[in-house]
Amino acid sequence: MQFDLVSPERSLASMDATAVQIPGADGDMTVMADHAPTITTLRPGVLKVEAGSDTHEYVVTGGFAEIGAQGVSVLAERAVAKGDMTQDQLDAMIDDVQDAYNRAKDAAQGDTGPVDDAAKLLADMATMGSEIGLSPKQPSL
Amino acid sequence: MPSLKDLKNRIESVKSTRKITKAMQMVAAAKLRRAQEAAEASRPYAERFNAVMAGLASAAAGSDSAPKLLSGTGSDQTHLLVVMTAERGLCGGFNTNIAKLARAKAAELKAAGKTVKILTVGKKGRDQLKRDFEDHFVGHVDLTEVKRMSYADAQGVAKDVLGRFDAGEFDVATIFYSKFQNVVTQIPTAQQIIPFAIPEDYEAGDTLYDYEPDEEAILADLLPRGVATAIFSGLLENGASEQGARMSAMDNATRNAGEMIDKLTIQFNRSRQAVITNELIEIISGAEAL
Repeated sequence: MQFDLVSPERSLASMDATAVQIPGADGDMTVMADHAPTITTLRPGVLKVEAGSDTHEYVVTGGFAEIGAQGVSVLAERAVAKGDMTQDQLDAMIDDVQDAYNRAKDAAQGDTGPVDDAAKLLADMATMGSEIGLSPKQPSL
Repeated sequence: MPSLKDLKNRIESVKSTRKITKAMQMVAAAKLRRAQEAAEASRPYAERFNAVMAGLASAAAGSDSAPKLLSGTGSDQTHLLVVMTAERGLCGGFNTNIAKLARAKAAELKAAGKTVKILTVGKKGRDQLKRDFEDHFVGHVDLTEVKRMSYADAQGVAKDVLGRFDAGEFDVATIFYSKFQNVVTQIPTAQQIIPFAIPEDYEAGDTLYDYEPDEEAILADLLPRGVATAIFSGLLENGASEQGARMSAMDNATRNAGEMIDKLTIQFNRSRQAVITNELIEIISGAEAL
């Protein structure tokens, strides 16, 4: 099954994979050959690709995945190989989301939808941080 | 008739100009390669993204609950023109052509009684539009410090535009940039980004997708990203076009300087010859007079 990982700036990976674990917005899903055609959005998390005996892991922060007959294409807004992810990058990303959350909270008038979305994003980001073995700042909600 | 000294000075000055334009041409050629690579690297994402979005948008279009970024605000009274140009000059007609297209569009909208607002990205476009449209300016994005265009820069512009849209400041947004064809051809282009226009040549595929979460939620998530993606492609095309335009402009300038040096050198040699002949005549007629 063909697997492609592209970000707006460049194409990060293109390989033949046996299974791909996608951090979907509604929960993780593992895609193998002949999966039903699906489009799902991503939450911040770890994308695992099994290609033969190798496993590649990438940190993605949102975007979407398209599962079609030919394979999987993941269009991530930001994607970094797990080993290349540093504490500074994580801190910067969490700060960004925290800012967005604070702004959403200030702007919210009755409608809590956007605030909840931002809070979920922030929590997902922190969980992802611990998952890859870094120490994320604790979000202030 | 300029003196020999004057001619010599002029030749020297044109020679140093030629050195500068030659250097600029070479720098532009190196930058062009990088800019072209960046533009090509971004294409797979943009193509896939647009394909998925076109599919979702054509399914959702016409439904009452469609997001405003797709269906519009129901009016087209206020237009936002996002004019993206370079931060630097000396690149032939690059900036002028984009500004010209934007100016024509603004004039057309004004004649139709619409309200025009202009957001400029890049200093040169701002300078060129200032005289006619200064009261229409609503903002400016400065990219002078940016060495290498990144998606985050495009997101910054997109955030600005989306913020204004949410605040109800405009109904329709169009971006202006130059599409890179090759080194000698760049096509100034206007592209509507809000509301999202489904490409005319779009044809639905046979595949029926499952959506997680539902289609509307995905669409609502995708539409703001689509604005950033469109702006990012525009900025990258602009980057390549700017370097291409500069390269050919500097190539022309270098060639012109060469021609000018040849002409001046001929003139210099003729004058020198004339001076020598004059001196000889003076000596000979002096000797004859004795």
